[in-house]
Amino acid sequence: MAVDRLSLEIPDRSITVLVGPSGCGKTTTLRMINRMVEPSEGTILLDGVDIQKQPVNTLRRSMGYVIQNAGLFQHRTIIDNIATVPRMLGWGKEKARERARELMERVGLDASLAKRYPYQLSGGQQQRVGVARALAADPPVLLMDEPFSAVDPVVRKGLQDELLRIQEELGKTIVFVTHDIDEAIKLGTMVAVMRTGGKLAQFAPPDELLSAPADAFVEDFLGTDRGIRRLSFFASAGLELKTAPVVAVDATAEQIAAVSTPDVPYLLVTDPEGKPLGWSEPDDLTPGDVVTERLLPYGRPFEHGEESLRAALDGAVLSPTGWAVAVDGTGRVVGVVSQQTIGEAIRSAHAEGHRAGHQTGHHTGRRTDEKVAG
Amino acid sequence: MNVLSFVNAFFSDSAHWHGYDGIPHRVLEHIGYSLMALGIAAAIGLPVGLLTGHTGRGGNTLAFIATAARALPSFGLLVLMFVLLGLGLLPVMIPLVVLAIPPILVTTYEAVRSVDPSPVDAARGMGMQESRILLQVELPVALPLILSGLRSAAIQIVSTATIAAYVSLGGLGRYIVDGLYQRDYEKVVGGATLVAVLALATLAVFWAVTRLAVSPGVRRSA
Repeated sequence: MAVDRLSLEIPDRSITVLVGPSGCGKTTTLRMINRMVEPSEGTILLDGVDIQKQPVNTLRRSMGYVIQNAGLFQHRTIIDNIATVPRMLGWGKEKARERARELMERVGLDASLAKRYPYQLSGGQQQRVGVARALAADPPVLLMDEPFSAVDPVVRKGLQDELLRIQEELGKTIVFVTHDIDEAIKLGTMVAVMRTGGKLAQFAPPDELLSAPADAFVEDFLGTDRGIRRLSFFASAGLELKTAPVVAVDATAEQIAAVSTPDVPYLLVTDPEGKPLGWSEPDDLTPGDVVTERLLPYGRPFEHGEESLRAALDGAVLSPTGWAVAVDGTGRVVGVVSQQTIGEAIRSAHAEGHRAGHQTGHHTGRRTDEKVAG
Repeated sequence: MNVLSFVNAFFSDSAHWHGYDGIPHRVLEHIGYSLMALGIAAAIGLPVGLLTGHTGRGGNTLAFIATAARALPSFGLLVLMFVLLGLGLLPVMIPLVVLAIPPILVTTYEAVRSVDPSPVDAARGMGMQESRILLQVELPVALPLILSGLRSAAIQIVSTATIAAYVSLGGLGRYIVDGLYQRDYEKVVGGATLVAVLALATLAVFWAVTRLAVSPGVRRSA
C-alpha cells in the first residue's frame, strides 16, 4: 500500500511540501491530485468538488506539472516547449509564443534561448523551462515532483529562491514533493512529513516542525541542529546594533580613542567605503598605519533586517571575537552585535513564539482540500 | 574478361538504354515493386510497432512473429505463392512484404519503447491525449531509429525484388535471370550492378529524409 488513509487540507495560495524518505508515498500522493494515480478509495476535493467529476485531461490542464529532470520535449525549441499547454488549449501559434516569451522572462531565462533546443541548456536552465511550461496556461494549482533534485546545490538554491519569488508574484497553490528536509523547510508554508507506508507523521508550518516534532520519527528525519535551523525563522531586524566600535582604516588617534570604551574589547576596522576589514584590540591600532593582514577575521557579515538570527549567530560564531558584523544591502557596515545580544534576542523570540501559540492554519478563499485513502 | 569489363560492356551498349527491356524502364519497374512492397510493409509494421511500443504490450509476441518471419526464405515463399496463386504481382509482393515487416515492426517497437519516459510523463501530466503523446512526443524522438528500420527494410526489398523476374515479371531481376539463362554474363553483371547502385541510392534517399524529418534537437542529442 503506497498511501494509507491520508487526510490533508492543502491551503490555498501557498506552498505545501510533502516530504519523507523514499517509499513513503509522497510522489503517489502528488500524482493522485492530477489523477496520474487513481486512489482505490477515498476522495480528493478541489475547491470542494470531487476531482473525479471532471474529465481527466481537463483536470490536468488546470494544474501545472513539473517533474525531476524537467521532462522537456527534446525535438521542440524552448519556446515551443513552454507553449505546449496553451497550444493544447487551442491558442493560436503567435499568441502562445508571446505568452511563452513572457514566461521565459518570469522564470529568469534569457530571451536568446527561445530558439534553442533542450540539449543546449544546462540542467538548471532546463528546470526553469519546466517551471515556465507548467505556468504557461496560468493554472491555479502547480504540482512539483522533486523538481530540483537533479541539479547541483548552488543551482538548486538559485531555483528555490526563484520559486519563492515567483510564488510571491503569482500566488499559486503549490504542492511540492521532495526528500530533502532542508528544501521542505525553506520552501514550505506548510510541511507534511510522511513515513513509510503512506502515513502522515506531522503536518505543520516548518517553524513548528522544528520546535515541536510530533514524534521520534519526525525528530530523527529533521536531523541535527534543529535549534540552530529554527533561527532561520527569526528576523534579525530586532537586534540592537552597536555603531560605536567601528573605525575607518584611516582614523586618527583621537578618533580611535573616542570609540575605545571599557565595555568594547574590540574595534571593527572598515575601509574608507565602510566595508569591513577586520577586528583589532584598541591598543594594537596604530593610527595611519593599520596592517590589514594582522586584523582578526570578522566571519561572515549578515544583512541586517534581511537575514535571520541564524545568519547573525553564524557570523558571531565565525569570528574569534564573538561579535557579528551587520551590513546593509551594499555590504557597508551598519553596526556590530555580540553573541550575548544575539542570545538574548533568541530567548525573547522564543518567548514571543510561545505567546503567539499555534495560530496558524486560518486560510480563506478557494481551497484545495484533499482527502486520500489508498 | 573481368567483372569491370562486363560492366563497361553492358552499360556502353546503346541497345540496353532503350525500349521495354531498356535500363530506364527496368529501373522504374524495380523501383515500382520496391515502393509498393515497402508501402504495404510500412502500412502494417508502423502502426502495429507504434501502438505496441506505446502501450508496452505484446512485445514478446512481436519478437516471436518477427523471428519466424525472418526465418522464411523469400525465394521459397515466392515459389509457394506462385504454386498457390499463379502468376501475377501478388505472389511477388507477399514474400517482399514478409521480408520487410520484421525490421520495420521490431525497430519501431524498440524505438518507441526506448523513448525517455520523463517527457511522456510530463505530457500526460499536462493533460495531453494518448494519441497526441504518441504522435507528438514519442514519434519525433523515436524517428531516427524508426527511419533506420525502414531503411534496412528498403535495402532488403531492393535487393530481393529481383525474384520478381522468376515469375515472369519485370524489374532488374530480368537481366540477371535472362542473362543466366542465355549465358550472357555481361547482362548478369550489369543487372547486379544496377541493383547495387539502386541500393546505394536508397541509402542516400534515407539520409536525406532523416536530415529533413528529424528535429535538430533530436539529431544532436541522440
